[in-house]
Amino acid sequence: MLADVFSYLTDGGNWSGPNGIGALLVQQLLLTATALVVAVLLGLPAALYLGHRHRGGVVAVNVSNVGRAVPVFAVLLVLALGPIGSDHFGPYGRAGLATLIALILFALPPIITNAFVGVVEVDRGVVEAARGMGMSERKVFSSVELPLAMPVVLTGIRLALVQVWATATIAALVAGPGLGRVITRGFANHRTYEVVAGALLVAVGALLLEGLAVLGERYGDPMRRAHRHRTSVVPVADAAELAEHDVGGRG
Amino acid sequence: MADGSVDAVIARADDVPQCYVDNDWFCAPYWSDYRPELVDATVEHLWITVVSVLVGFVIAVPLALLARRNPAIESIVVGGTTILYTIPSLALFSLFLPFTGLSPTTVIIGLALYSLTILVRNLLAGLRGVPEEVVEAARGVGYSDSRLLLKVELPLALPVIMAGLRVATVSTVALATIGSIVSYGGLGNLLLLAVGNQFRAQILAASVLCVILAVALDLVLVLTERLLTPWTRHAR
Repeated sequence: MLADVFSYLTDGGNWSGPNGIGALLVQQLLLTATALVVAVLLGLPAALYLGHRHRGGVVAVNVSNVGRAVPVFAVLLVLALGPIGSDHFGPYGRAGLATLIALILFALPPIITNAFVGVVEVDRGVVEAARGMGMSERKVFSSVELPLAMPVVLTGIRLALVQVWATATIAALVAGPGLGRVITRGFANHRTYEVVAGALLVAVGALLLEGLAVLGERYGDPMRRAHRHRTSVVPVADAAELAEHDVGGRG
Repeated sequence: MADGSVDAVIARADDVPQCYVDNDWFCAPYWSDYRPELVDATVEHLWITVVSVLVGFVIAVPLALLARRNPAIESIVVGGTTILYTIPSLALFSLFLPFTGLSPTTVIIGLALYSLTILVRNLLAGLRGVPEEVVEAARGVGYSDSRLLLKVELPLALPVIMAGLRVATVSTVALATIGSIVSYGGLGNLLLLAVGNQFRAQILAASVLCVILAVALDLVLVLTERLLTPWTRHAR
């Protein structure tokens, strides 16, 4: 069994061609990157602004619950059978546009919730002190709130990334693009080794992305020196702690 | 059908509701015509979800109890479950295929591992949130470790634990649909069938039932929590 999986993965013929692992991997990476960038551009500014104004908390926090309750599979299917159909969409493959929209929808909740909670939970005393020193609202946000909220905001983007990768895999169930096709192909042809090989590729990809994102988070946090000595004990799980320890949704 | 005449065929075609012919998203006759399929799929979805979350919970409790006093075990448990949670569901179910085949066990193991991840974190957060003074006071009046846990710590940690159960249950309902890859996805099976025949009424019905199931189970847990923690109502 393992030998079959190994020989499947090491056979160059399985990697080349329009339906080879190489092409599917490129599709999946393209889908993931595009969806994440679009979701960040769409969700982050609004969520940060609402957080700064302490407005719209009910919506910002509840999008996560909605995102969890709605099955990824159902949304992919509804979009693929809708007007955008399952046409080819450039390098994104068959049903590429439908898949892309579904991925963006499922990337938004963790980005919005974490960005909002991150800014809202910044110590009010610090923010008031900054205002008292005569900082403009813009300056309060960019020099005080945003740096302090950064770890939680970045965690939200990481959760979105992992979720998008998982959702992109499920697109294959709806005859869409991506690495999940190796898995569905294996099931269709009763080739267990192909199923397992595809699953390994997807799983290793997810772990690599998560690892890279954790590193990125560490370097992207402007306050990382201050955080280094933070104690690891979590006293009471308040909103920010819950957001920070949230494992996100899973597709 | 014995009567295969052209007239009979046309008569039967006239009986077919227009929404089937047009392949509408909402088709009222679908809900009655396919009631047995919908009920079976919902029942399968429900039991797979409940069993998975229960199995996850039964494993999460001892893990959390071990981890809360031992930082080494904690980092192994939290780190290990985080890695599992990173693996996409379609891949996770597929990885068990050689061992458990096309069976509900394949789906349940995967879903239980995902809920375990959520539950361990909330159990730890809940138990850590119990005020130190309360624990000291209970010890002072002679509570044993097990009595302390059952009578003091778990009840006080209950709101955070229930929050974890709600998140785990709601996401398990949504994820169970992916079990259709091994033919045990409850309502997901109806979705996968609809990929082939593009039957829109079925897609909408299965999706709606899925969300209703998630909301209903969430409500049951909210009510359970209220019944189990009568003291929190007076505090508010």
